[in-house]
Amino acid sequence: MESETHGPAHRLRARRQNHEVSTVMKAPEKYYDFQKDISGCGVFGVIHKKRGLIPGDMPINAMATMHDRGNGLGGGFAAYGIYPDFADYYAFHIMGDNREALDSAETVLKEFMVIHQSQAIPTRKTSSVKNPPLVWRYFVTPKVERDRPKNMELSETDYTVDVVMYINNNVPGAFVFSSGKNMGAFKGVGFPEDIAEFFRLDEYEAYIWTGHNRFPTNSPGWWGGAHPFTLLDWSIVHNGEISSYGINRRYLCQHDYLCTLLTDTEVVAYELDLLIRRHGLSKEMTSKVFAPPFWDEIERMEEPEREAYTALRATYGPAMLNGPFAILVADSKSLWGLNDRVKLRPLVVAEKDDMVFMSSEESAIREVSPELDRVYMPKAGEPVIVEVEE
Amino acid sequence: MPKVTLDADGVYYRELNELVREAVRNGADEIEIFNILGQRYIAGGLAQEVKFLLHGIPGQDMGAFMRGPYVRVRGNAQDGVGNTMDSGAIVIEGMAGDVLGYGMRGGKVYVLGDVGYRVGIHMKAYKERLPVVVIGGKAGDFLGEYMAGGIVVLLGMNTSKPEAPITGRSLGTGMHGGVIYIRGSVPDYQLGPGLHAKPLSEADAEQLRGIVTDYAAELDQDVEEILAEPFVKVEPFSHRPYGNMYVAV
Repeated sequence: MESETHGPAHRLRARRQNHEVSTVMKAPEKYYDFQKDISGCGVFGVIHKKRGLIPGDMPINAMATMHDRGNGLGGGFAAYGIYPDFADYYAFHIMGDNREALDSAETVLKEFMVIHQSQAIPTRKTSSVKNPPLVWRYFVTPKVERDRPKNMELSETDYTVDVVMYINNNVPGAFVFSSGKNMGAFKGVGFPEDIAEFFRLDEYEAYIWTGHNRFPTNSPGWWGGAHPFTLLDWSIVHNGEISSYGINRRYLCQHDYLCTLLTDTEVVAYELDLLIRRHGLSKEMTSKVFAPPFWDEIERMEEPEREAYTALRATYGPAMLNGPFAILVADSKSLWGLNDRVKLRPLVVAEKDDMVFMSSEESAIREVSPELDRVYMPKAGEPVIVEVEE
Repeated sequence: MPKVTLDADGVYYRELNELVREAVRNGADEIEIFNILGQRYIAGGLAQEVKFLLHGIPGQDMGAFMRGPYVRVRGNAQDGVGNTMDSGAIVIEGMAGDVLGYGMRGGKVYVLGDVGYRVGIHMKAYKERLPVVVIGGKAGDFLGEYMAGGIVVLLGMNTSKPEAPITGRSLGTGMHGGVIYIRGSVPDYQLGPGLHAKPLSEADAEQLRGIVTDYAAELDQDVEEILAEPFVKVEPFSHRPYGNMYVAV
């Protein structure tokens, strides 16, 4: 692959080696010589509106350009259109601390689902990725009606969500980190370009990619806690902090979504599923639940808008996301960017032919597409939703 | 060694800034850098009157803490331009991101296009130090928030979002010094609590013309076209508008 010798991911790896002075966070005697990288997370996404396939090198190189937005404690990608031969099956990506944990997860999976194909997720030995868990993928369909051990009345998708929740809550040391069709999440502890090398993402092509570079603030940097967070086809990467995690988590709990991954962003993945798939809200309305207009703005609206926004805030108060965020959401049909309503995190959108890019920094977009038709920064709380053309 | 040319392609930001500093130490008075892609802190902390010409997209905190350099960007800049800068000039021939001119204490930043959120917040002035930010396009929320001094000029002309209002909400919230000039008008509800947009005095108009003339010369714009529209100004409603905020009554 070209990325073996060229591209920012490779250049960066070479560069960084000159700079890895010390990883111990101890201030030297002359504190003013202390070289500290000040960071926030970094996000990048790209969608090809005609489902043209984009090689993994593009998101990898874009994320590598924003290397210093993270600190090596989390990186990950979501890719759509990568399993066309298994497009009718749910692709479960499961990580296990050890063989025993993975076997336990597989036993549960066998009980609830029909496994059509299973295999280790292809990985490379990567020196910068330390002590990875075992990663395995299963292409499955839900058992139907009387074959099910329980929940016979549930729809296929509700049943599948229930299986994800069940494994993540009941199997020690194993987590389902991806469960959609013809898509997959790949994530772990490391810089995104290292995680990409580990998961051999340069060998995949997708019509939607998202990527994340993590700088954990108030939760542990571990494999399950890296972004993206996913459920069914939903995936989300996030720069910021969900200060409303507590109330969101309790609200989700009432609707049978249980948080297990110790990172605030997890609530967004489950709220997407609850609000859009189960409650039938549009993506625009969901954006206004996540980042509602201020009450004084609602006051200035005309009817029936005013009544609609009042109802939305009153009904979905516990689903509102408080705190700073720039999020990129994807499902099999769209890429969707959204900022918190006072825009405490950066987000740039750019267009080039059939591709739309969303990124924390314009430089990451220019790295992979030097010429752009349009570049802009969306307004706080105003979603940018790009759908594939059917 | 009057002029130095650097290629930033694939150069890590620390190495690039080391090369810049080495050139400055060796007496360069002009530094042109090509292929910049996100490298941070370019021209940051420099106290020499060196001239920079930057091609590409400079990264976060360009010109932070600088005291003296003249920086021209042939393209867009990212977030944190001119963070706490002391003196010198930054001219951006494109757009810029959030928190431009944060805590700025002197010098000038001219942007041809739009800027992001929280531009010019915490700007301050002291005696002859008078920071000036001119935005050719539109601004996001919180422009000039907590401003303590200096001048922000918002033109709303070269914009990528023609349908958007010239500025977002909460303009000048908590400001207790300085002035914001806005071309055209701004509804009161976009302003911070207690603030109003007022017409310019003759002295204001004279100050504005001086700034706009310099801006237009730097960015090849037409002074008369800019000044053809009336401006309004927003300034604090008293010397200590929040003096009683935390006083028990």
